[in-house]
Amino acid sequence: MRYALEDALKNGAYRDAATELLFQLADDDFILAYRGSEWLGLAPHIEEDVAFSSISQDTMGHAAMFYQLLHGLGAGDPDHLAHARPAAERKNAVLLELVNGPGTYLTEPHYDWAFAVVRNYFYAQAKKVRIEALKNSSYQPLAEAAVKVNMELYYHLLHWKTWFTQLLSAGGEAKTRMAAAMEKVFEELDGLFSYGAQGEEFTKHKLIDSEDALKARWLQLMSPVFESLDLKMPEKFAMKSGNGRNGEHTEDLQTALDTLGEVYLFDPAASW
Amino acid sequence: MLKGKVIEALQSVKDPEIDSVSIIELGMLEELEITTNKIVIKLLPTFMGCPALDIIKSNVIKAVSSIEEAGEVDVQFIFHPPWTSDRVSEAGREKLKEFGIAPPPRHIEETGEWQADCPYCGSTYTTMENLFGPTACRSILYCKSCKNPFEAMKPVSTLM
Repeated sequence: MRYALEDALKNGAYRDAATELLFQLADDDFILAYRGSEWLGLAPHIEEDVAFSSISQDTMGHAAMFYQLLHGLGAGDPDHLAHARPAAERKNAVLLELVNGPGTYLTEPHYDWAFAVVRNYFYAQAKKVRIEALKNSSYQPLAEAAVKVNMELYYHLLHWKTWFTQLLSAGGEAKTRMAAAMEKVFEELDGLFSYGAQGEEFTKHKLIDSEDALKARWLQLMSPVFESLDLKMPEKFAMKSGNGRNGEHTEDLQTALDTLGEVYLFDPAASW
Repeated sequence: MLKGKVIEALQSVKDPEIDSVSIIELGMLEELEITTNKIVIKLLPTFMGCPALDIIKSNVIKAVSSIEEAGEVDVQFIFHPPWTSDRVSEAGREKLKEFGIAPPPRHIEETGEWQADCPYCGSTYTTMENLFGPTACRSILYCKSCKNPFEAMKPVSTLM
């Protein structure tokens, strides 16, 4: 059956599962959009600066929509959910919280563009697979949101795929740096496909397809790209720094939250 | 009667970044509910992260509240059905061109590529400079005939 908001509110177990899934979706987009915003003014060229900031803006819009859906389910005020929840309550994958590179955007930002390209490409493809699955979600408002996100995501995926293939087909240091970036991303990639401790509830309530199904679909879509670039897909991915879905995070997340929440926390009641 | 006035008021609300085109011409109006003491206006955002949404909302409230018979005005952004670029009206397409923005192309190749004619000279001899433009809904192109850079409204469809 399809659940409207009213149906979800009447069924406690269903509402909890939908809430958990929505936190993963919202927090993933939120923290990656924040990392993207830190690149503003630092991207390799001005066209990229325009493109990347546009993508980050879309992505933040998706996070806002998911926080809004959480608000509907009784999880609280969307601004509070975005700015004020402590790291231990965040459900984003660790891969998406990692810093862009050494330095901060204010001082000596020696950010790694190869890491940005690999992380964003792999994420955009994983998000595409997830959003396609969510179009058939039993939770009607989420299925509707997926249709909207999907249209914008189309352009993101195209963008990162272009960077990925071009850098891996280039000479000079590009290949070596991309290889190093891929190694780093593969070390945490499993965390992106994980649903965490409450994952079985998602499939039980037909909110989304299983972790395995989504991962298999991702591999299937990535394989031709890898083959055309003469790359080898590792047998297994890892989740080296813990499972973000269960609230396990790195210091990088805390630092990011301290920065992004600073103004909001200064006066949470202020109107903007 | 009141409905006509509300539509007229909405027609006066322009996209804050393209001030020749109204939100009606952009196809953002999805639902209008008028009861004795309340007007509910449901709008579709073009892109979810559009920062102009709050400005549009307050401009709609301002415009509709100025109608004498209007009671409470409630503006909501909904995302179902999703806004698609084919919702831009004929008048909207013409006004976009006047502003120097090519209207969203109606045809997208299977590869996802698309072309837009130059809004200045009408030439089809154009190239894509950047899919991402100054706002989420626009791309940057260049006309090789009249040698002008121009923007085009991105095509978005549920088939993507």
